[in-house]
Amino acid sequence: MSGRMRLPHGGQVDHNKPLNFTFNGKSYRGLTGDSLAAALLANGVHLVGRSFKYHRPRGIVTAGPEEPNALVQVGEDPRSDPNIKATQLELVEGLSAASQNAWPSVEFDVGAINSTAARLIPAGFYYKTFMWPASAWKTYEHFIRRAAGLGTSPSQRDPDRYDKTYAHCDVLVVGAGPAGLAAALAAGRAGARVVLVEQDHLLGGALLSASEELIDGNPALDWVRAAETELRQMPGVRILTRTIAYGAFDHGFFGLMENVTDHLEEAPEHLPRHRLWKLRTKQTVFCSGSIERPLVFADNDRPGVMTASAVQSYVNRYAVKPGKRAVVFTNNDSGYGAALDMVAAGIEVAAVVDARPMATGPLSERAEAAGLRILPDRVIVGTEGRKRVSKVRVADLNAEGDGVVGAVEEIACDLVANSGGWNPTVHLFCQSKGKLRWDETHACFVPDQAMQASQRSAGAANGSFGLASCLGEGAEAGAAAAADTGFDAGAPVAAEAEDRDFLPGRWLWLVPSDKPLGKKAKHFVDQQNDVTAADLKLALREGYISIEHVKRYTTTGMATDQGKLGNVNAIGIVADAFGRPLPEVGVTTFRPPFTPVSFGIFAGRDVDDLLDPIRRTPMHAWHERNGALFEDVGQWRRPWYYPQYGEDMHGAVNREVKAVRESLGVLDASTLGKIDIQGPDAAEFLNRVYTNAWLKLDVGRCRYGLMLGEDGMVMDDGVTTRLGEQHFLMTTTTGNAAPVLAHLEDYLQTEWPDLKVYLTSVTEQFATITLSGPNARRLMAEISDAELSPNALPHMGFTAARVAGVPARIFRISFTGELSYEINVPASFGMAVWQTVMTAGERYGITPYGTESMHVLRAEKGYIIVGQETDGSVNPLDLDMGWIVSKTKDFIGKRSLTREDMLKPDRKQLVGILTKDPEEVLPEGAQLVEQVLKEPPMPMLGHVTSSYHSPNCGRSIAMALVKGGLAKKGETLFAPLEGGKVVPCVVADSPVFFDPDGERMRG
Amino acid sequence: MVENYLRQSALAHLGLEGRAATDEAEAPVRLHERVLPAAVNLRGDSDDPGFLEAVKLAAGLDLPLAPNTTRGDERRAALWLGPDEWLLLHHDAEPDAESRLAAKLREALAGRHSAVTEVGESLACIRVAGPRAADVIAKGCPLDLHPSVFGGAGRCAQSHLAKTAVTLHQVSHEPAFDVYTRRSFSDYLWRWLSDAAREYAEA
Repeated sequence: MSGRMRLPHGGQVDHNKPLNFTFNGKSYRGLTGDSLAAALLANGVHLVGRSFKYHRPRGIVTAGPEEPNALVQVGEDPRSDPNIKATQLELVEGLSAASQNAWPSVEFDVGAINSTAARLIPAGFYYKTFMWPASAWKTYEHFIRRAAGLGTSPSQRDPDRYDKTYAHCDVLVVGAGPAGLAAALAAGRAGARVVLVEQDHLLGGALLSASEELIDGNPALDWVRAAETELRQMPGVRILTRTIAYGAFDHGFFGLMENVTDHLEEAPEHLPRHRLWKLRTKQTVFCSGSIERPLVFADNDRPGVMTASAVQSYVNRYAVKPGKRAVVFTNNDSGYGAALDMVAAGIEVAAVVDARPMATGPLSERAEAAGLRILPDRVIVGTEGRKRVSKVRVADLNAEGDGVVGAVEEIACDLVANSGGWNPTVHLFCQSKGKLRWDETHACFVPDQAMQASQRSAGAANGSFGLASCLGEGAEAGAAAAADTGFDAGAPVAAEAEDRDFLPGRWLWLVPSDKPLGKKAKHFVDQQNDVTAADLKLALREGYISIEHVKRYTTTGMATDQGKLGNVNAIGIVADAFGRPLPEVGVTTFRPPFTPVSFGIFAGRDVDDLLDPIRRTPMHAWHERNGALFEDVGQWRRPWYYPQYGEDMHGAVNREVKAVRESLGVLDASTLGKIDIQGPDAAEFLNRVYTNAWLKLDVGRCRYGLMLGEDGMVMDDGVTTRLGEQHFLMTTTTGNAAPVLAHLEDYLQTEWPDLKVYLTSVTEQFATITLSGPNARRLMAEISDAELSPNALPHMGFTAARVAGVPARIFRISFTGELSYEINVPASFGMAVWQTVMTAGERYGITPYGTESMHVLRAEKGYIIVGQETDGSVNPLDLDMGWIVSKTKDFIGKRSLTREDMLKPDRKQLVGILTKDPEEVLPEGAQLVEQVLKEPPMPMLGHVTSSYHSPNCGRSIAMALVKGGLAKKGETLFAPLEGGKVVPCVVADSPVFFDPDGERMRG
Repeated sequence: MVENYLRQSALAHLGLEGRAATDEAEAPVRLHERVLPAAVNLRGDSDDPGFLEAVKLAAGLDLPLAPNTTRGDERRAALWLGPDEWLLLHHDAEPDAESRLAAKLREALAGRHSAVTEVGESLACIRVAGPRAADVIAKGCPLDLHPSVFGGAGRCAQSHLAKTAVTLHQVSHEPAFDVYTRRSFSDYLWRWLSDAAREYAEA
């Protein structure tokens, strides 16, 4: 037996497949096809949580995503999810769930003291109470959060895998109820690519919970099954069940979350748990149905008080009796459907309390004919029962509907099914910025003008509640959507059905009680956020007028709730209080997500070593095998240094740096950006983008260039070589390869379209091996057929030759100040040539060096690194590089260099810095001051940009950007460091600390 | 003559050749590296009939002029990259095919404003084939790969796949796609594609 309240047969559950589950540690049995909520009700469990603020006992209210109370924590750490709605959670063998808003237990809850202290927790309580002192908020928040309880986050990393994908379709249909199925059929039959999204695991929508609807003369679910079969056979139709369309964005973009494995007892290893669909559609049909509105009556939050449609759903779909003796409370015809279905299921219906003067309407009349006790013109004025409703109190409603008269009758019951009307589910329509219209007849907001022309609404989501209307509108909208994407659907054929809706109704936003509002009873508007009618009225009395402000002040309809149950009631209560027509109050903003989504889907597989690309050079595997430690340079992973056994970074770098100066080092420089420049105007082009002159560079020669932005600030630097009369190879810094190419293309395409120049990135065409050191030429002579004499291949010269038998480009350029060759070979040969170099270089003690040693070596020479010595606010004159700035020609950034501010003598200028104590290495970023004050702040002159221990200079060296630094040479400055230490240092005559005449690299 | 065995493809370090042999022909998704493509990036004026004629003579291929179309077959192809830009590809070719093709083109285009640049060494090519190939690519590429939109076999496009820039070339209706990315990104892209294909591996 799967619960004492289970009907022996019927419904969309499998009575032969019981499932075991636990709730709050207690074991229960349910059936395959149950939601957790259905299985709990089948076991007679109504009490599922405590309310957010007052910790009142709360029960299951609905059977869908609008559930305000049955929010549970599912699973065990680390597979634990908060805020899952028990009404949407498919039961699976072994499921374990717990109430998330009760401590120590749902049966005995310490926080319930709040309930007796309720008068102390009015609307805006947090704003009023916890504001002072502001600094204490962090302390308050900790306790508020703990007491309020929103579930708990897992404490460990998520062990599951998540997927995300792009997708495209012609027609998106949201919701697979009668309207959605009809729309998908019409669009699919026309040949359109259709995505049909359904949050449930079954298609059919409200029909799954209906008792005796007919379509084309047959049971409605037969039609649903036939429609599903037909849709599944259409190759262009994709049906996504267990998928929530959580957000609608611009230009037909939708976010969907598919639950792939949560309903499986054992999730297969190869499947992701959830999947994010980033769907782009040309047309959309919203068939998202409607949500029944509860009535706002006194103490309407006791467990056992449910919406009438939820009761029908539990009885008809899940074969569960949510109670033994029920009272129906309604203000429209649809409440009687629940009464009739309950009678059919053997639930005693003690009375139907109807706020309308007369029980009119098709279902009302059938109930009357069936002999039910109907109490017209009456309302529930209160309820009783501690953890479950035990009785209701009923009285006559006055003519105005704002008070009660006469004697109060008490009716014993354990279930109250209530209906206050229906609201179309317009969340996605409104997220798409669609405008709503107030439908006076049905008392609800319905879609009016869609902001995105490609969007339609159909069926109950469009305010057309009858089954025939749903089928007809759905078919029509599906056909029209298909036609708008170029598919001829012909005249849509609508299935036939009855077309009754829930009229007539007597619309009450606030059901009066025999006690003053807010005294000894609470009228809940939003049970999830614990907002009462009295809270709303207090907000109005305190001067809030805009509904958006009332929402924020009272928190009604906030967060995961998004106003699904309470918003229209709240708006109605505010409108009545102001004495204004309801549509004038307006609606609050609908925001995604419609229901909570997991964070995992947004990460997808982009985690761990797929978080970001790791770019590898052709020689990367060698570096790994030889113990390199790596440094991230952009997305590249470059060897940082190569520690030998027992060596620390300092030791390794010292050894590498000395090896380069004393014999021979080798660097993998493949990451440098390389741009191939061809065309008759190539030299002219370079002349315009670099600060120096390029027209007269000889073929076979290299030149260093500085590139400025339009603002005159240094943007990039590098060596460019003239390979042919009309052919150049530019190198860029590693990190700037892509931005520089974009910058050059921008100018070429928009400013100088007359220049005949083509640019092609060739960064990765070549592996670049840099040999550097006094023995570089000797090794080159052994492995290359190039003519290497200083006359044939001088400093800043280029030749094409073979290296290790491989065709190569050899550039004699140097970033270390040593005799250097940069060898470019085709990338696929990079590893082979590197290995040949290493073997042949053994006799010279060839030493691979990484980026750290490269930095030290260039700093010894005073060479800048763009991005280290510069930060986008440094111009060439600041770098004391006026020698490279042409006075005679134009170039990008030139005009900016003459701005007054650029010529100020107190700009920060790059200078060499030497500490007075040669052993002291300044930290990079250290601030420099002229005078040390007792404590900060003190006037700062600038900061250290580069600082190293230089084994070749036998001391520390540094560079710094210092205000008016070029005029301060020889002066003493101070670097006040953390902890009170002060390092005195001197502005050097020059930042070139090693081989100032450059004889070594020119030799 | 340079020894070809010294060359290493972009994904050589993964030792894929042994694994590829175990791939089943019926698998919903099959990944493999097409090693060492020869490729030339060509820039020139498509309004100049002389340019088109010269390229045809030198490369033996008509240049596609409609956006995102290709000429040739899966072994030798010309891909449209822009109004004045093409990628000429030659798979399973001799090691010097790239430089010979470039030389022939340069000779044929001498005196005409154009640019011929060898780029095959900079490329990695990953073949994604099988009934779910498009689904795997769609996980990281925003393009609509449905034949009614993408155009089916013989179409190409430049986009991004995961966090890499790619050129896609649909080479068969199966479908099969050749995914070109820059060499340094190929290790990441291979691992990403393998992970994305995982859910179909056991289908």
